[in-house]
This record gives sequence, C-alpha cells and structure tokens, in this order.
Amino acid sequence: MAILEIKGLRKSFGGVMAVAGMDLKVEDGHIDSIIGPNGAGKSTLFNLISGYYPCDEGRVFFKGQDITDLPPQKIAKMGIGRSFQVTNIFPKLTVFENIQATFLYTRGKGLKLFSDLKKFFTQEAEEILSNVGLIDQAGELAGILAAGDRKRLELGIVLATGPDLLLLDEPTCGMSPKETANTIDLIKEIAEKESLSVLFTEHKMDVVFGIAFHITVMNFGSIIAAGKPDDIRANEKVQQIYFGENRCSSK
Amino acid sequence: MQAERKNSAAKWLYGAITALVLIILPFVLEKGFSEYYLYLATKIMVWALFAMSFNLALGYGGMMSFGHAAFFGIGAYTCSLLLVKTSCPLPLAFVIAPFVAAGAGVIIGFFSVRIKGVFYFATITLSFAQLAYILAFKWRSFTFGDDGIQGIPIPALISTDETYINYYFFALIIIVICIYVLWKIVKSPFGLMLRSLRENPERATFVGMKVENYRLIAFVISAFFSGIAGVLYAFLETAISPDILFWSMSGEVILMGLLGGMHIFLGPALGATIMVLLNSFITSYTEYWGMVLGIALILIVLFFPKGVGGLMLEQYQKWMKRKGV
Repeated sequence: MAILEIKGLRKSFGGVMAVAGMDLKVEDGHIDSIIGPNGAGKSTLFNLISGYYPCDEGRVFFKGQDITDLPPQKIAKMGIGRSFQVTNIFPKLTVFENIQATFLYTRGKGLKLFSDLKKFFTQEAEEILSNVGLIDQAGELAGILAAGDRKRLELGIVLATGPDLLLLDEPTCGMSPKETANTIDLIKEIAEKESLSVLFTEHKMDVVFGIAFHITVMNFGSIIAAGKPDDIRANEKVQQIYFGENRCSSK
Repeated sequence: MQAERKNSAAKWLYGAITALVLIILPFVLEKGFSEYYLYLATKIMVWALFAMSFNLALGYGGMMSFGHAAFFGIGAYTCSLLLVKTSCPLPLAFVIAPFVAAGAGVIIGFFSVRIKGVFYFATITLSFAQLAYILAFKWRSFTFGDDGIQGIPIPALISTDETYINYYFFALIIIVICIYVLWKIVKSPFGLMLRSLRENPERATFVGMKVENYRLIAFVISAFFSGIAGVLYAFLETAISPDILFWSMSGEVILMGLLGGMHIFLGPALGATIMVLLNSFITSYTEYWGMVLGIALILIVLFFPKGVGGLMLEQYQKWMKRKGV
C-alpha cells in the first residue's frame, strides 16, 4: 500500500511553474528519494505536501486520506514529519528542550499551565537524543551546535513528533563526508527500527544511491525519470541533465 | 546530587533573606526616611507586577504589545467604578476587575495574535488601547471623563490616609502570590511552549502546534495580571484618570521590560524599580524626565541589549566561573 500518493500536483509562483503536474507514490516502509538540480521544485513539492503552500491543482493522499490543503499543524499531527533544507530548530532553547517541546506539542500536553515541566517526557526525550547521538550536548543551547549536529537535532525533533512518514529536505546538507555517512546510516537504522517511510531530497548522488529504494528525478517542476537506482543511473536523459553537470564539475 | 542539595539550600537562603528585607523595609523607610519612600516602595511593587505580567506577552510569548495600558486601566476602572457607583463589596470588586481585564484581553488578543510581524502587532494593540482611552475620556456619564475618579472608598484596614504600612503589606501579599503563579506558568510545559514559539513559530507549526491558541492564552493571562496591577494602583493612588489608559503608559511598561531584561524572569521588576526611582528623583530636579529617560534608554538598547538584569547576570556568571577556576 502507498503511504503517500500525489496526483497531478501543480503549483506556480507568478509565471514560474514550480511544480508542473506531478504524480508520485511512496510505498509503506520504503526509503525513497527525489533528486534534481537547484530550482527543480523539490522543496516546493515538500511545502505542498506538508501544507505550507496551498496547491493550485491536484491532490495529496496520506494513508489513503485526502490531505490536500490541510493546515500544516494538522498534517503534522496526522503523521508527516518534515525537516527543512535550512535547518529549522529552536535556537535559544537547549537541545533537550527542543525535543521536550516537540513531545509536549504533539502529545497535547502544552496547555499544562501549572505543572512541573520536569515531569513531562524526560525519558522519551533522552532516548531520542541518544538515538541521534546528541545526549552529551543535551544541556547546551541549540543555536551554538555545529551544522551537522543541528541537522541531527532537527531529525530528533521530527522523530519526536511520532511520524509515520519522514519528509527530509537535504538531510545531510552542510555535512562532511564522514558525517554524511553516519547520518545516512542513522536514518536507515531509525526507519527500520520504527518502521517509518522516508521521502528525502538530496544533492549528493552517493547518498541517494546508497539507501533509496526508488528514485524520482525532477527538473523544471516535472518528473524526468523514476525508477530503481540502477535504472536511474542508466537513464540517458538523467545523465544529461544531472550527472553531466556533476561529471564536469568534479573534473 | 550534593550540588543540587547545596543549590536548593542556597535558594532557600536567598528566599529567606529577600522575605526578611521585604518585611523590614517598610518600617525602616517609615522611621528612617519618610512616608513618601514607603509610598514609592509600594508603587515600585505595583509597577513590577505590571511589568512582569506584560513580560509574559513580550519576553516569553514574543508579542510586542503596545496596548497593555488598556488592561491595567480597565482593571483600575472596573474596580473603582464598582466601588463608587454600586454597593459592590471591595473583595468582590477586586476579583471582578482582573476578569474584566482578561475579557478585554480575549477581544484584543483574538484580533491581534494571528497577525504576523512585530510592527503590526504593536499597531493593532495600540489602536485598541487608544480606543479604551477615548472611551474613558469622552464617556463622561459612565467614567467621569477627564475628571477621573476621585476618592475611591477604601476600608480602614488598608487605608493609606495615615500610613502606607498596611497597604504595603496588603499589596506585597497579593503581588507575591501573583509572581509565584507567573513563575509556575513560566516553568510549566506551557511556558516552554511559549518560548519555543517565540523562537521559531514556523518550526512550532510543523511539529503540530496551533500557534495562535497558545499566544492568545498567554495574552489573556498577561491581561489578567495587568488588571490586578491596575486595581492595586487605583487603591494606592485612591484616584485615577484616563491617563492610565494612555499610550505612554503602554510605552513605559515596554521600557521597563527592555531596561531590566525581558528574557529574565525578574528583569522587568528590576526595570520597574529603576524607572520609578529615576522618575521620582529626576522630576525633583528637572521637569525634563522624558528626555533623561530617552537618553538612558538609547544607551541601554545600544550597549546592553539584554538589559540591566542581563548585564548583571552575565557578570555574575563570569564571576562564578572565575571563582570556580
């Protein structure tokens, strides 16, 4: 069964067609990827799925339910957790509070006006922090973390929402090769352990081919190709628009 | 564990010292100085409560309200009008007033909290507050207009005719209770929610939070406690005028927050202390209080953006570190 299904999704800004009628399916339990050059429409697609922008046309189904144009907080509550390309955390809260706050929101305990904060989700938050490898920094302000750690914290926040589907927008952006490898392993491990589905966008090709079951290649708001990693690697059109660039720039 | 116990012992010690000072202070002021200083001390406490209530909206909720004079004024007016125009007993009037202020908070907040951007938030709250001011100013038959309300009847027990001592303790007890409740709120799950949405409303939305609801609740609580401060102010002065609803009152409470440090729980109280004292001393030398205040604030915003409280806290932490090494 498909956990996420998109049909004929369309969005333009002024005269620019950012997403031009896309169809996409993510099967339950899969880790799928969307790749494409800058401006291909990947982030816009995420913004449409997660309710940040209203869609011009088309529908989005999550677990068979139509979620098109629901408000973001509702979509989040239904089980879609998203991270952002530009890391989006609470900088002046501690690392621990970032996670604790998320638990409070998503479990509906945020309106406890006179209770002691320490009694809420301390263990759960610590568990998530050790999962994403940040337990030693729990007391530090999130804003002073290194870029890679911040990304991991955001992953922790997304996990704390208790999602069934993760939308990760360039989860390894700004990380060193070693950090990238670690993070990818982490995502894979967590997805398997919690039986989550994942849809992520990426720039780094090795990352994508390393873990994705299914890859969708976008350019100018449309799908150029879609298939298993090997099919994509062999696809001529993809090589032209995507790997062509990469090969040139890496030489 | 041991450090924790030591810490909590230190907290009790500081608390006991503060309590002792607050209890002895009025007698020292009255005997050693004059009744005026006792009045001033009470005034500082009332303003401290107003500033801390306001800071729940600004410092914790990230809402730059430029209309908090409305809640302060509505609290003061409600209680005073009930006492002057009806036979409502004082305790009841005291209880009704903050709820009316909170009601005004619901109305103003309903329209304000969904507005994005500091500037527009400030503008809409300012407009509502000015509306309240105009009502108090022009609706003579109901509010006595610019004559204000004189001679608010206050029972002998807390009367300020002879001495301010009784009223000082009355206000102290109420204010300590209010500050304790505010402290509980700030340290509760709700307090963490507020800080997080102040930091990053977008992220908060994407983890499933209805930002407007939380902001509205914080705004209404803030209005409620501002209303209590207004009532205490009316009793202290025994007379009020529409001036307490004017925008400059809202401005003053903002300045207290900035001056003391809006990200520190007691910061606004410190700001209130400094401003009330400065006001009293400067106006006895020159009538250009506003100018002195303006210059002081420009300097503070430029050089100590965390406020006097933030500066003190920083120095204290540095000192502790040095001591630790």
